[in-house]
Parts: sequence; structure tokens; C-alpha cells
Amino acid sequence: MTPLIIQDEKGLYCPAGDFYVDPWRPVERAVITHAHGDHAYSGHQAYFCTRLSSPIIQQRLGKLERLKALEYGEPIEFGPVRVSLHPAGHILGSAQVRIESKDGVWVVSGDYKRTFDPSCNPFEVVPCDTLITETTFGLPIYKWQPGEKVAQDILAWWETNRLAGKACVLFCYALGKAQRILAELAKLTDRPVYLHGAIASLIPPYEAAGIRMLPTIPVSEMDKNHSYAGELILAPPSAFKSPWLRRFDPYETGFASGWMRVRGAKRRRGYDRGFVLSDHADWSELLQTIEETGAHRVYATHGNSDTLVRYLNERGLEASALKTQYEGEQEE
Amino acid sequence: MKAFTTLYEKLDMTTSTNAKVLAMVNYFATVPPQDAAWALYFLTGRRLKRLISSRMLREWALEMTGMPKWLYEDAYEAVGDTAETIALLLDGGRTTDEAETILLSEWMMQRILPLQNMTEREQYDAVTRWWKMLDMREMFTLNKLLTGALRVGVSQNLVVRAIAEIAEQPTAVIAHRLMGNWEPTEAFFIQLISPEAEVSDISRPYPFFLASPLEQPLETLGNPADWLVEWKWDGIRSQLIRRGQETHLWSRGEDLVTDRFPEISDHAALLPDGTVLDGEILAFQNEKPLPFAVLQRRIGRKKLTKSILEEAPVAFLAYDLLEFNHEDWREKPLEQRRRQMEQLVHQLGGPFRVSPAVQVQSWEQATVLREESRERNVEGFMLKRLDSTYQAGRKRGTWWKWKIDPYTVDAVLIYAQAGSGRRANLFTDYTFAVIHEGQLVPIAKAYSGLSDKEIQRLDNWIRRHTLDKYGPVRVVEPCHVFELAFEGIAQSSRHKAGLALRFPRILRWREDKTKDEADTLENLHQLLNNHIAIREGA
Ligand SMILES: [Zn+2]
Ligand SMILES: [Zn+2]
Repeated sequence: MTPLIIQDEKGLYCPAGDFYVDPWRPVERAVITHAHGDHAYSGHQAYFCTRLSSPIIQQRLGKLERLKALEYGEPIEFGPVRVSLHPAGHILGSAQVRIESKDGVWVVSGDYKRTFDPSCNPFEVVPCDTLITETTFGLPIYKWQPGEKVAQDILAWWETNRLAGKACVLFCYALGKAQRILAELAKLTDRPVYLHGAIASLIPPYEAAGIRMLPTIPVSEMDKNHSYAGELILAPPSAFKSPWLRRFDPYETGFASGWMRVRGAKRRRGYDRGFVLSDHADWSELLQTIEETGAHRVYATHGNSDTLVRYLNERGLEASALKTQYEGEQEE
Repeated sequence: MKAFTTLYEKLDMTTSTNAKVLAMVNYFATVPPQDAAWALYFLTGRRLKRLISSRMLREWALEMTGMPKWLYEDAYEAVGDTAETIALLLDGGRTTDEAETILLSEWMMQRILPLQNMTEREQYDAVTRWWKMLDMREMFTLNKLLTGALRVGVSQNLVVRAIAEIAEQPTAVIAHRLMGNWEPTEAFFIQLISPEAEVSDISRPYPFFLASPLEQPLETLGNPADWLVEWKWDGIRSQLIRRGQETHLWSRGEDLVTDRFPEISDHAALLPDGTVLDGEILAFQNEKPLPFAVLQRRIGRKKLTKSILEEAPVAFLAYDLLEFNHEDWREKPLEQRRRQMEQLVHQLGGPFRVSPAVQVQSWEQATVLREESRERNVEGFMLKRLDSTYQAGRKRGTWWKWKIDPYTVDAVLIYAQAGSGRRANLFTDYTFAVIHEGQLVPIAKAYSGLSDKEIQRLDNWIRRHTLDKYGPVRVVEPCHVFELAFEGIAQSSRHKAGLALRFPRILRWREDKTKDEADTLENLHQLLNNHIAIREGA
């Protein structure tokens, strides 16, 4: 039986349907799982993505002439194969790609998580024969708390600094993580949050999708001498240690990422506080997903794929690693 | 355990000394004295004998979870610490909250210390039961306590400051009360923070007065005649106490070393009662110091045989007198203390010597003389103001150590390249940078200084954290800090940094430091300027 997906130098390729999933070099037809930079590259001739992803992808890559936006579950035919997109629970509009031919069903998970996230559609289990799964956090040391619990910790940190007259600068990935934090916090408080420009520009697509978040104010709209004592500011990790931070003095820094789970990683980066919050699946979510899809063959991409592959092999599953260019949360 | 764990995390996470002191003050003010005593025990760097080995802990975790060993190893590789790996792996397995209210002191006295008298099976049952009672963070603390590896990122000075604040006592009083041997008991802590002077313990040493490295030009010190110049000995800084017809010899690390140096302790019986000397223990022969390595032979041995005593003869070079006739002399000027000390030591003889005053007429002359340091097996000069009192801890202003090299700098690893020969497959050639206006500026390449194990670990890390490749050069995530030693510093227009280091080498991997704690280019330029100033002065 010929495989439905193979990997070549441009990305994950479906020969039967002649299209790529999240290719990293320019191709003719690209199905894009979500708008993160390591999945949505520019230069393809035609794009296929979810309706919710489409505005974000075009905001990042510029207006795309040939883009087809699909509803979750809406099928589209590529020759003899039928393709549909299903919620991945990673960020707004993120999708798994289901590919069906007469030989069976393959699913490319894209980035996903099972932990609840009020800022996107929850992950949907898509039964399949072969699953290509991400493994950014493919080690049993990774275990996530509910986002709500992390939001409580963030709020407590904010409170403490508020009493001390200090600002809190929380670094987080600009697309997905920032909005998730704003949505989680909206359940606990109604205080406004200040935003770095890179995050502020990614708020409208979430608002348009009806996601309830805390009110936000771009820092760029404030006076140079505005006092941020007691305020919370969200900024992308690239702003850490930059002169842009001076205006918030005195302040403490925090970082929200799955990598904050390990002390060494926390200490190396030099933030005052680490909040363990990830938009990727942890170890048990990976295993749960593989089991629930019923896949009897698994390919692993991103990060610690070797560990998961060996673990699955020892449990009698056919599994191997795919070397892709995806970066997971690396860029954070 | 919860409160202590939170304190530990706070100290671990912040680099602000004020925040550290505040965290300790809050902790000590809210926990019962018996817990405060144990916390203090760990904060001042005291450690329990290792009760359980890391290997044992790992075996037990594997046995309890049924996890394959290779999977544990993969996890360990990403974490790099047994106590933490186990805590992360077992996280979420808490079945009872009965441990919520157990105090740190109860953990220590009723649970952890009694492990010593248990069989391995009983230990396994106890430890695996505790794991099910604790959350991840507390499990980490427990594992660290069990393996005797709890290291807290806080200096003795800060601990003293925090206690002094609670006790509303001067730091010097607290520092003194914390010296020497004490047991982590409720009574001890209450005594420590009490307003009344405690019953004196005859073995208790005074806090050592530590000199600061001289960074400014010598000329700023003023007239050389106001200063005592001594060689900086490369031995063991010690305090010799003769009280109540007993002798106690303390090292600066607050270890009692009386038995390690019987010829010194025995001869000290000739001192008048109520005398305390500050000095240096050296391997010493023919009125000359021997290299520190000779002294090390002596320290390393469990038993002191006759041949060891002969191979590594020692002397006590006295340089200060802290107590005389049972009277605290620390507030008297150095000149007076020294005169009395010289008299005592000359009468005493035996292995006792006076650390000689080096006569210099000018700083220029001192600079020239200092060049003899290496030949003399000394580390440079000590400069002490003749009117200085004997203070506690490291206080700047009156005591300076003017060391010969190496100079050191804390720098960040930015590039790596494969080595050659035996290490052709490993990344062993490193480029380091310091901070300049928020950017990293390369300052040196260094090849040697790490152990094989460290090289392996770093190599592994480099492979997984390469940001970019230029030919054979890997650009790595800038986060690891290394202490580099170098022999000299010179201006250089060829280098972006504007200076070049002579013979840079890696002294050690500063895993306790983050990138922002690395030195700045300004630090180096200042050093360069001083270097020039000193040379021009000579
Ligand atoms: Zn993503
Ligand atoms: Zn990704």
C-alpha cells in the first residue's frame, strides 16, 4: 500500500492528492494547519485553511489571492482523496488535517493540546489508521495544570506586585498564548491589561471570533511618562531585556511557557517568575490521543520524537520519527 | 515543608538581595522556632550526611512506577537533576493531603533522620509513602534533603541580615552567634534572636574579617606608611582559640580542624588562656611556604600517619590578635593588635611564625616586589590599614587583597566549534561574550578547563540548542555562563570589544549564573584602565 503522506525536502506531501501540509518551501497547493510561523510560510501558490485561521494568516503573510477558507469538518476533494479540517485546540483556527482515500484515513495533527482553552475550539478526536502527531513535549516530565489554575497563579503574582507598586511584565507567545491568558483572566478579574504592539495587532481576529478577553490597551497609545505601577503588561519574548521595558520600572518579569516546567530552563532564561502554560500536548495527552484515534501507525514530528517512538514501539505500535522543520515552542 | 519549599523557590528565583532578605524575614517571622532553626541550618550551607544516594532514589522511583529505565534516563537528560526528575515524574500522584500540616522540623526529626537506622526495605516503604503525600514542589525539597544535596542560593551575609532584622540586633552580634558548632533546635533559635548576650561557648570563633579584591589604582589608598603590607598566603585561613585550657582550631569554612594539625594545636597550649589568633596554616619548610598541593595531601587523609606529618610539615603564620586576656580586641587598631601578637608569637615559637610585614617605601616599590609572588608561592599582597578595626565578614575600605592573576571574568558561551584529535567529534572550542548595552560582544576563545563529563554534557546541549550554523561554527542559545581566567588584558583595535585577553581559559562552569549575571564590557574596560594605571605608576 502506498503511503498517503510522505516527507520530502519541502514538507509533508500527499502524492495522491498532490498537495502539501504546512510546507516550509514554496509549493503549488498548501494546506495550512494554523497561523504560527513555523507552519504558515509565504510563497505558496494556493492556500487551504480554516475560516478562523484565514484572517490571521493573511495578517501575517499579507493578502493571499488564492486562499480557500474551510469550515471545520467541511470536506474538499483533491483528486481521489478527500480532505477535511478538524479542531486541534492549539490556537484560534488551528486544525488537524484528515485525509481519506480508498486505502484508509490519515490524520496530520498539526500542533494540538487537550487541556481546556477558552480561546479556541476544543480538540476533536478524529479516528484514523495513521496519525502524524507533534511531540514538542514528548517526555513524561511534562504534565500540565489546567489553564484556569495557571491564571490564578498569574493573578496572585499580579496582586502581590500591585501591592508593592510594581508592574508585571508577562512574556508569552504573541499568537495564541497571549489571547488564552487574556481569556482565562477574564473569568477572574476585569482589570485592563497593557499590550506590546506585536500582541495588540493579534487581538482583533480573536475579538471578531467572539472570544471573551480582558479589556486591553496598547502600550504605544500611552504617554511616555505613564505610570504602570500595579499594571499587567503582556509582551512577546523578543522584548525581554530590550530598552522598551524601561518605561515599566519598577517591574517584575514572568514567562508563560511549557518549558518553565523545568527549573534549569527557568533559571537559564532569567525571568523572575515562570508560569507553566503550554499550547502543546503533554506526555499523557499524546498517549491519550494516540489511543483514542485508534491509529495503528504513528509518525512523530517536533522535539522529543525519539522517546515517544521508542515508547510506542515497546507497546507494539508501529511508530517512527519524521524529521521536520517545525519548531514547536522553541521560538518562545 | 510547604513554607520552606516556598522560601527555597523564592531564593532560587530572584537575584535581588533585598527580595532574598525580605523572603527570609517573612519566613522566620511566621514559622515556629524549631522550623526556623532547621531552615537556618540549611541556609547557612550546613548539610546532613547523605542519607539516601541518588541512585537508590532513582531505583525506588522506577520500582514504584514500573517505568522503563531508558525512559527515566531520557527524562533525566532533559532535567539534569535526580531529585527534580523524580518529582516531575511522580507529580500528580498525590493520594492524601495528610502531609499538609507536618512541620519541617517534624519531617527532619521524626521522619528523615530516623531513616539512618532502617533497613533498605523500610526506607523504601517510608520514602515511597511520603512521595504519595506531597505535591511536586515539596517532593523536590524532600528528595534534595534525602540526598543531602540541598543548596540554597543565598550568602551567609544575607542570612545574617535577615536574622538581625528579626532579632533587632546588630548584624555583627548575629554573625558571631552563628559561628561555630550549633544544633538546629528550638532553644538555639530562641537564643539566637534573644536580646540578651548568650552564655558564651568557649570554642566559638569570631566571624572572619575578609579582604575585598583591590580594583582601584593603588594611589587612591594614600600614603603607604598608613598601611601594613603582607604577602597573601595560599593556605588555610584559620582562627586559633585558646580558652578554658582548651585549644580549638577553626578553618574559614567553619570546620573544626584541631585534629588535622596536632603540631599546631598541641603547641598552642603554651599560649596564655583567653587568646584568639587569626592566621594562615601553610605547608612550610626551611622558613618557606610549600605549594598548596602539599597541604592538600594532609587534608585529604583520614588518618594522619607519622610519614604524612613529615612529608607535609606545617606552620601557623599569625597575622592578627582578636582576643587577649579574655578581652575582645577587635575594636583596637591593627597596629596595636599586631604589636601584642608579635610579642606572643615570638615567645611561643614551635610551628608558629609572624606573617612578616613587607617593608615598602612607595606603591611603585610594592608593585615591583609583587612580581616575586609566584616564586614565593604566594598569591600577591594583603593591604591592611594600620588603624583598621577587625570587622565581620566582607567589608570594603580597610582590608584589600591585591592578588596576582588570574584575572577572571564571567562570560556567556555564544559559539561552539568541534575540536581536533581525540575530541574531533565533540564541540570543545568555545567563544565567549560579555554584555555591552544589552548585546553580547565576543571577548575570548577558550579550549580547555572543563572536565570530560562537562564537555560531554555541554556538547549534548549545544547540539540541541543550535540557533544557526556558519560553516563549522555553531551559534548557540546564549545562556550558559563560564568563569574564565586570564593572565592579562590589552587594548586591541582588531577586536570588536576593543580589548584582548591574554591566555584565557575556563575556570568553571557557572551553572548558578544566568546570562544577565555575566560581566559587562564596561567591567573589562575598567580593569584595562586600572591595569594601565598600575603599570604606568610602576
Ligand atoms: Zn503552533
Ligand atoms: Zn509547531
